[in-house]
Amino acid sequence: MITVENISKQFGKLKALDNISTFCDKSECIALIGPNGCGKTTLIKAILGMVIPDSGSIKFQGTDIANNWQYREMIGYMPQIGRYPDNMTIGQVLGMMKDIRNSSDALDEDLIKAFSIQNLMNKRMGTLSGGTIQKVSAALAFLFNPSVLILDEPTAGLDPVASELFKEKIIAEKDKGKLVLITSHILSDLDDLVTRIIYMQEGKLIFHKSIEELRLDTGEEKLVKSIAQVMISNYE
Amino acid sequence: MKYTLLIIFFFFYAGLSASTIRVGAKRAHKSIRSAIEKAVDGDTILVDAGHYKEKNIVINKHGLVLKGIDHPVLDGEKKYEIITIKANRVVIDGFKLINSGVSSLEDLSGIKIYDSRSVNIRNNILENTFFGIYLSNTIHITVENNRLTASSVEEQQSGNGIHCWKSDSLKVIGNVISGHRDGIYFEFVKNSVIWRNISKANLRYGLHFMFSNDDMYVNNVFRNNGSGVSVMYSNRIKMFSNYFEENWGDAAHGILLKEISDGFMEGNYFMKNTSAVYMEGANRIYMKRNVFENNGWALKIQASCSDVVLEMNNFIGNTFDVGTNGSLVLNYFKNNYWDKYEGYDLNKDKVGDIPYRPVSMYSMIVEKYPPAMILFRSFITTLLDKTEKILPSLTPENLKDSAPMMNKAF
Amino acid sequence: MNKIIKYVITDILRNRIVLVYTIFLLAASFSVFSLEDNSSKGLLSLLNIILIVVPLVSIIFSTIYMYNSAEFIELLLSQPLKRRSIWLSLFAGLASSLSIAFFIGAGIPVLIYQANMIGFTMIMTGIILSVIFAAIAFLATVKTRDKAKGIGASIMLWLYFSLLFDGLVLFILFQFADYPMEKAMIGLSALNPIDLSRILILLQLDVSAMMGYTGAVFKEFFGATNGLIFSFLILLFWIVIPVWYSTRKFNTKDL
Repeated sequence: MITVENISKQFGKLKALDNISTFCDKSECIALIGPNGCGKTTLIKAILGMVIPDSGSIKFQGTDIANNWQYREMIGYMPQIGRYPDNMTIGQVLGMMKDIRNSSDALDEDLIKAFSIQNLMNKRMGTLSGGTIQKVSAALAFLFNPSVLILDEPTAGLDPVASELFKEKIIAEKDKGKLVLITSHILSDLDDLVTRIIYMQEGKLIFHKSIEELRLDTGEEKLVKSIAQVMISNYE
Repeated sequence: MKYTLLIIFFFFYAGLSASTIRVGAKRAHKSIRSAIEKAVDGDTILVDAGHYKEKNIVINKHGLVLKGIDHPVLDGEKKYEIITIKANRVVIDGFKLINSGVSSLEDLSGIKIYDSRSVNIRNNILENTFFGIYLSNTIHITVENNRLTASSVEEQQSGNGIHCWKSDSLKVIGNVISGHRDGIYFEFVKNSVIWRNISKANLRYGLHFMFSNDDMYVNNVFRNNGSGVSVMYSNRIKMFSNYFEENWGDAAHGILLKEISDGFMEGNYFMKNTSAVYMEGANRIYMKRNVFENNGWALKIQASCSDVVLEMNNFIGNTFDVGTNGSLVLNYFKNNYWDKYEGYDLNKDKVGDIPYRPVSMYSMIVEKYPPAMILFRSFITTLLDKTEKILPSLTPENLKDSAPMMNKAF
Repeated sequence: MNKIIKYVITDILRNRIVLVYTIFLLAASFSVFSLEDNSSKGLLSLLNIILIVVPLVSIIFSTIYMYNSAEFIELLLSQPLKRRSIWLSLFAGLASSLSIAFFIGAGIPVLIYQANMIGFTMIMTGIILSVIFAAIAFLATVKTRDKAKGIGASIMLWLYFSLLFDGLVLFILFQFADYPMEKAMIGLSALNPIDLSRILILLQLDVSAMMGYTGAVFKEFFGATNGLIFSFLILLFWIVIPVWYSTRKFNTKDL
């Protein structure tokens, strides 16, 4: 579904992405993992077209995304920190997004209901707590039934209940045949969720394995432990 | 009894001496020339409406009265002077004179008067004449209610509207002059009055005044002339209640006063002139209760002027109030109203407590570097002006109104 | 694209700063017109507001708004929208809100007190300056990532256009006083939209003084139809070029 071919990106002296190639297929839930500043977010932004790679290409369902924007109709993106115009209410933001997407397909309002966002429709974005904003971001990412979901640190600000609801939703969507890309520091959250792992470090893609392969390689049952092992071995 | 005799005598005399000769297509005299030939001193010639091509009509009999009925047209066919008067007490009334010849050598005119006195030119319409009404060496002439229009575009190809040379006791009243070189031209004319004329859109000056002393002009309108009004080398001129408007251009002034002494100006109204009053070598000029409104410069006083007194004038909405070219100031400002004055009046006597300096720094700069005008009213020039107001360095120290009015002076 | 403009405008119009700006303009213009006994003096005070305050507020507000909207822009970018239309919509939204604020704050009082050619020119140039300085702000924000640097750059640009440039021109003028500088002055004025606007107003306001010799050169140029078209074209360039260049930059910018 998404093919990344030899992309590199340099920010000043920092090599954020170093000749990365990988492939993401549908019906997968892929976790992007790596230490801070390893290039996870840059990779996601490159896929979204927010960062333009210095070299290499990214193909979405076979078409190059350079100078293309229509493909984003099929992506739901939940940013690390969602910021919205302070003066707009939640209702207006949702309305605006519907307006922009202009899609005739049925909307997926599961998360709106699950997070009880409909009760907050008249609240201004500027008055919301970080957690509520995350809920809005999550609801927006799923709203248009996209075939690819890109979630950047999705569970960071959510309370445990919301976090659980959210995970259930991700699993449900994956099972419907969607591709889910997640970055997260909270590895325990990813345990029952992910099917594949992409591990990055210093802009390089270290490995891209299915969770079973990883377990076999490291001999650890828990993701946290297996990753920890990978990290330690890489530090050495 | 005595009076009755006198009256009878007058009737008798009039009946005897002055007859009326009529000219027209259906009259005995088809042409004015033949009527004049026939006439004796004091006759009246009545001319019917019509188109007369008479070449040059010369009037050399005293006291002739030429009167047109419904403005008969006298056509100079662009070759001839139309009427030439060389006699006293002649009246020209109600004609339309068109297309005089053009000659700078002979100064061909609509009506020319030589060496005569007590002539009256009134109610005539002059169109496309080279010179309009030309007075040379005359005394006691009245030029009244004439309308002069020329349409030249080049100064060299046009003559003056009412041209007066070496004359005395003239009355120029209620004429409307436009499109000539100078609207009204005075040279060596004294004891004369110019009253209620409108001189507009002339190529050079609305009024041109040279070497003419003891004259007065009142209630005239000078509008949109090439260079406004110019009064030069004359003494004891009085100017009352005239309007000087919309005289635009680098060398254009509402009024130029050059080498003038003992002038008096009161109640004049200067509006939208590039410079309303430009003084050079003017001495002992007293200006009182004039209004200066929306001019580029209200006053430009060159350092060569002295004893110019300005009192109780209103300065409103001028770009620059006063411009000057030097630091020597021998002129006096008192009790004028300046709309740019920012002082205060603590003792409530309606006179500002701190003096007003009408010369702004930027007007000095523009005087020296005219293209600097393009930066006028920019932030930096405003800053310069404000600094100069606090710490005067460039502007003349003595040029100030020590007692400016808080409200309009009248 | 229209949708985004709509949302940007509603967002900005609800912004307190724009509200304060509008009220400030309203209060300032009504007070200058009602305090001065002749309204042409009021126009003069208003001229200073137009030439100094309007560019300042436009450029600073636009810069801050753009930096504050960084995340909002990111959000829009993750949507199926062209970068160009996002950028142009933001510009259109900002420029039109600032113009609306100016029109309500200064335009309406001018129309009440001075509904003539001068007033009309002032409103026109005020609106154009609002738009131009929003465009210049876009240039500043697209060039610098850092908010503090970007705001600093905006303030410097404003200072340059409203003060330093004229100082430079004055300096050149004094240095080359012996040469005929009128034509060069016209050329120089095209390099600064504030100067160009000021001259257009000056030709209405100080027509008598501007009709002096050099003034006549300016009047001949700016007053004639061709000159007017030229001036407005130049002002248009001052909008189009920064917007075009910043759009180009934004198209390849990493967020």
